[in-house]
Amino acid sequence: MGHPPFSTRHNGPREAEIAAMLDTLGVPSLDALVDRIIPSDLRVNGPLDLPPALTEPEALARLRALAGRNVVARSFIGAGYHGTHTPPVILRNVLENPGWYTAYTPYQAEIAQGRLEALLLFQMTVQELTGFEVSNASLLDEATAAAEAMTMAQRVVRKPDGRPFLVDHGCHPQTIAVVRTRAEALDVEVQVVDLVAADIAALNPFGVLIQDPSTDGALRDWRAVAEAAHAVDAFVVAAVDLLSLTLREGPASWGADAAVGSAQRFGVPMGYGGPHAAFLATTGKLARKMPGRIIGVSRGAHGETAYRMALQTREQHIRRAKATSNVCTAQVLLAVIAAMYAVWHGSDGLRAIATAVRGRAWRVAASLRAAGIEVLHDTFFDTVTVDVGDPGREEAFLAAAREVGINLRPYGDGRIGIALDETTTDDDVVTLLGAFRAAVRPAEAAPALPAALARTSPFMTHPTFHRYRSETEMLRYLHRLQARDLSLTTAMIPLGSCTMKLNATTEMMPVTLPGFGALHPFAPIDQAAGYASLHDDLERWLAEITGFAAVSLQPNAGSQGEYAGLLVIRAFHRARGDAHRTVCLIPTSAHGTNPASAVMAGMEVVEVACDDAGNVDVDDLRAKAEAHADRLAALMVTYPSTHGVFEESIREICEIVHARGGQVYMDGANLNAMVGLCRPGDIGADVCHLNLHKTFTIPHGGGGPGMGPIGVASHLAPFLPGHPLVDTGGEEGIGPVSAAPWGSASILPISWAYIAMMGPDGLAEATRLALLNANYVAKRLEGAFPVLYAGRHGFVAHECILDCRAFKAVGVEVDDISKRLMDHGFHGPTMSWPVAGTLMVEPTESEGKAELDRFCDAMLAIRAEIADIEEGRVAVEDSPLHHAPHTAQVLLSPNWSRAYPPHVGAYPSETTRRWKFWPSVSRVDNVYGDKNLLTVLPDDA
Amino acid sequence: MNFPANLLYTSHDEWVRKEDDGTLTLGITDHAQDAMGDIVHVELPEVGDTFSAGAPMAEIESSKAVAEIFTPVDCEVIAVNASLDGEEEQVNDAPYEGGWLVKLRVTDPAGLDTLMTAEAYQAQLG
Repeated sequence: MGHPPFSTRHNGPREAEIAAMLDTLGVPSLDALVDRIIPSDLRVNGPLDLPPALTEPEALARLRALAGRNVVARSFIGAGYHGTHTPPVILRNVLENPGWYTAYTPYQAEIAQGRLEALLLFQMTVQELTGFEVSNASLLDEATAAAEAMTMAQRVVRKPDGRPFLVDHGCHPQTIAVVRTRAEALDVEVQVVDLVAADIAALNPFGVLIQDPSTDGALRDWRAVAEAAHAVDAFVVAAVDLLSLTLREGPASWGADAAVGSAQRFGVPMGYGGPHAAFLATTGKLARKMPGRIIGVSRGAHGETAYRMALQTREQHIRRAKATSNVCTAQVLLAVIAAMYAVWHGSDGLRAIATAVRGRAWRVAASLRAAGIEVLHDTFFDTVTVDVGDPGREEAFLAAAREVGINLRPYGDGRIGIALDETTTDDDVVTLLGAFRAAVRPAEAAPALPAALARTSPFMTHPTFHRYRSETEMLRYLHRLQARDLSLTTAMIPLGSCTMKLNATTEMMPVTLPGFGALHPFAPIDQAAGYASLHDDLERWLAEITGFAAVSLQPNAGSQGEYAGLLVIRAFHRARGDAHRTVCLIPTSAHGTNPASAVMAGMEVVEVACDDAGNVDVDDLRAKAEAHADRLAALMVTYPSTHGVFEESIREICEIVHARGGQVYMDGANLNAMVGLCRPGDIGADVCHLNLHKTFTIPHGGGGPGMGPIGVASHLAPFLPGHPLVDTGGEEGIGPVSAAPWGSASILPISWAYIAMMGPDGLAEATRLALLNANYVAKRLEGAFPVLYAGRHGFVAHECILDCRAFKAVGVEVDDISKRLMDHGFHGPTMSWPVAGTLMVEPTESEGKAELDRFCDAMLAIRAEIADIEEGRVAVEDSPLHHAPHTAQVLLSPNWSRAYPPHVGAYPSETTRRWKFWPSVSRVDNVYGDKNLLTVLPDDA
Repeated sequence: MNFPANLLYTSHDEWVRKEDDGTLTLGITDHAQDAMGDIVHVELPEVGDTFSAGAPMAEIESSKAVAEIFTPVDCEVIAVNASLDGEEEQVNDAPYEGGWLVKLRVTDPAGLDTLMTAEAYQAQLG
C-alpha cells in the first residue's frame, strides 16, 4: 500500500475526532447519525456506481494523459477568444495561489480589501478604455453580458414594449445565439440586421447591439447608427474588444449607452471556453440599473479609505423577482488576473502589444492581397477576413493551415477569418502565409487608424498602473493585496449555503496545463479528444450522483443553471402544446436567485408559504398548485431546505406538483448534504443544478468562477442547451445559455479529479462528515445561541442557523458578531439569510475538530461579551463588539480612550496571540459608500 | 416613535396628509424609516405621471433593503421632493416634514376611506 486514500486528505476529522464528536452528540456511529437526519425512504441502497478511487499521483497522471490527447494548435480563430501570455508572476501568484482562489465573494469588506482593490482596478481598466463612468466587477461571459445589456435596455427605455431589439449582423455568432435565447423567453423580438444599411427609424427598436470590431474584423465609425438609434429613444450597446480600445477611442465617445465585452485576452487562458471575466459598463446615472456586482470606495470607522461592494439593493438576494439580474457568482479570480495584467503592462505596454498585433495583421493582409486573395476590410485591428470565392477553396485553405498546425475560422461560404493576438510571432506569420501560398511581404508599420476612430484620450492614468514594472515590485504588490484577504489558507470560512470546502492542489494543477488551458473553444472537435473524454466521464458521474438521465455542462454558475433548467422545462411544456404553462411556484424560503431566474425564463412567480419549522407549507402548496393547475409550469425547491433540514414531505411535495402537470426544479445548492446518501432524481425532481464550486471543489475564486451544470430526467434530455458553432445538447435543445459550448471547460478537470479521487465510498463519507461537523457545531453552540430549525430527531443537516435576534434588544446585531469574529481571525457565517437576524454556519467535511473547536470557542467568547452587555457590566458602545474589527493602527493610536485595553481588541483568544490575522480597515461605512458612489481608486491609493 | 394624529396611514407604512386644497402629500412613516435604516437613494416618479390605486410609484433604498411605495388612490403626481437628491437622510431625520416624497392630485377618491388613523396604524404595528 503506497499512497493513502485522497479522502483522508480531503476530509478534516481524524478517527479519534470523529469518535469524540459522535460522543458529544450522543450518537453511536456515523451511520446512526445519518439515520436520524435523512428520512430512510429517501436513502440510496448501496454505493454509487462510480469508478474506485484513484490516488493523487494516479489522478494527476490520468489528467496529464487527457490533456495530452488535446491538440494545442495555433488558433487564429478569434470570435471573442484570443491567445494571450499570462505573465508568469501573475500565473504563479494569483491563478495558482490558494491565497487568491480560495476566498469567498467579498461580502465582509474589512477582510477583503486586497481583491476589492484589484476589482476596482478591473473596473477602472474597463471604464477608462470604454469611456464610461461605471463598470461592474465582472459578468459570466461576453454573450451573457450582451443579453444582460438587452434586459437593461428594457429597464432604461421608457416604452420598450412591442419594439424589437436589433442585433448587427457583425456580432459574434455565439453572442447572437445567447441573446436570442434570452429574448425568446421574455417574448422580445430580436432582428439580426446590417445596422449601417437598416432603416432604424422604421424598425423602431428599444435597443441595438453593435460589435466593434465586427466579428469579421472591420472597424467602423458607428456615430450615425448611434444617432439614428437615439432618435427613436433606443439604447445603444457596444460589444467591444479591450485590446483594440488601446488604439481606438472608446464606445462612449461615439454615442453608445453601454459597453459589454470580455477581458479574456488580458492574460486569461482561452481554456476551451472559460472561465473569463466579462463586463458591462455604462454612464454614472444608470449605475442603479446595472446587473452584477459593483465595487465602490467608502470609508472605515476611522475615516480611512475602504472598499466595498456597492449598491447591493439591485441584486437578487434583496430584490428577488425584481432584481436587475439573477447573476451572483461572477468571475472575480479572472477579473483580478485581467486587472493585474493591466497593472503589469500599463497603458504604454498595452498599446505596444496592440500595435504589434495590428502590425502583424496588416502584414498578413498586405501579403495575401499581393498574392491575389481578396481581403474584405481596409480598416481592422487584429482580424483579417478573406474571401477565397467558394466553400471548396475555403476548405482547401483551412486544411492547408491545419496541416501546419494553424486553426483558422471557417465561414462555410468562401470566407476565412484570421485573428492574430499577443502570442503571434513573425514565424507564425510566415507559416500562415505559406498555407495560403502567399509570399511574405516585409514587416512595415500599419498606417494610423482614421482620425474618426483613433484614440487620443489617455487611459489607465492612475499611479498604480505605472508603479509595478519590475517583477520584484509586482510580486510584492500581489502579496500585499493577498495578505489583506482572509481565505481558506487562514481559517475556516463557515458560510452557510456556500460550502467552503478544500480545493485540493492536485485538483487545481490540471487547470494550468496548456493541454487544457490553450485550446480555443471553437477549435476543430477532433483536437479536443481529451476534453471530450473528460466531459463524458463527468456527465456520466454527475448523472449517477444525482440520479438523472443526462447532464449539460454548459451553465457557468448556479444562477445560470436555474435559468437553463427552467428554460428546459419551458421547452418541454411547449413541445407538448402547453405553452400556457408559465406559473412557477417558489417557497418564500427560497434563495432570491430562484425568483430572479424564473422571471428571466419568462415565468410568473407565485410564492408558497413556509411553516414555523421552515418547511414548505404543504397545504398552501397544494392550494396554490390547484389554483394554478392549468398553468402550472414548475416548482423550484431547495433540498435539503434553505433552513438546513431534510423535509420529510419532499416526495409528497413533488407528487402534488406532478399531479397537476408541473415539473420539479431542485436547487442543488445544498447537494453537499446528499452526495452518496440520496439523489434528487430518486426523490422526484425533474431537473437539478449542481454548484460545482460548492459540492465539487471548484474554488470560489473570491467571487467566481463557478459552474452550474444541470442534470435532467430522461423526458427533459432532448431539450438540453445547444450551441450554434459546436454540436452539443439535445435534439430539440434550447438555445445556448453560455458563450461556450461547455461553459468554463478548463475548470471541469477540478471536479473530475475530486470525484475520481474520492470514489463512491469517499464521497459518501464526505457527506456523513459534513453532517457530523454541522451537528457538532450546533451542539456546542446551542446553549449560547438558539439553533433554529432541526429535523424530527433534533438534528440539523449540513448547516445550522444560530438565532441572534434576542441580542438586538441590547443593541447587538449579527454584523457586530461577524466583525468581532474577524478579530478572532475568522470569516463570519452567512448573515441574515434565510432568516433576518441569524447566522448560518456550514463547516463542511474538510474542517477537523480542532478548527471547529477554535471557531466554537470564538463564538462562545463573543457570547460572553454579549452577556456583559445584557447583564449591565458593559455599555454596548463600550464593548469591543461595537468597535470590531480592530486594526493595528487603531489599537496603537496614542489617543486610545476605549473602556477596554487594546489587547482585548487585538487578542481575544490564546490562538490569536500565537498567530494573528489583521483586518486592514475598521468597520466600513456602507451608507456613505452607497450615497457617494465612486468606482475608481483614490489618487493617493 | 412618532405618529402624528393629523395624518392618515396605509398598511404599507406610508403616511398621507390631506391638504386644504384637496391634494395629498405622501411619505413613509417613522416606523418604516427606522426599519429600513439609513436611506441612500430615493427613486421618485415624474410630475404628470398617473397611477391607479395600489400601483407602485416610487422606491426607497437603504444600503441593505429596498421598499416600494404604493399609491393609495388613483392620482396624478403634481410635485416630487427634489431636495432629497443627495440629502436622502431627510427621510430618516424628518419623515413627516422635509422627508416627504410626492404630492398628488386625487383623480378618484375611492380608497381614501381605507386609510388608517394614527391609532389604528399603531395598533397594527403591535
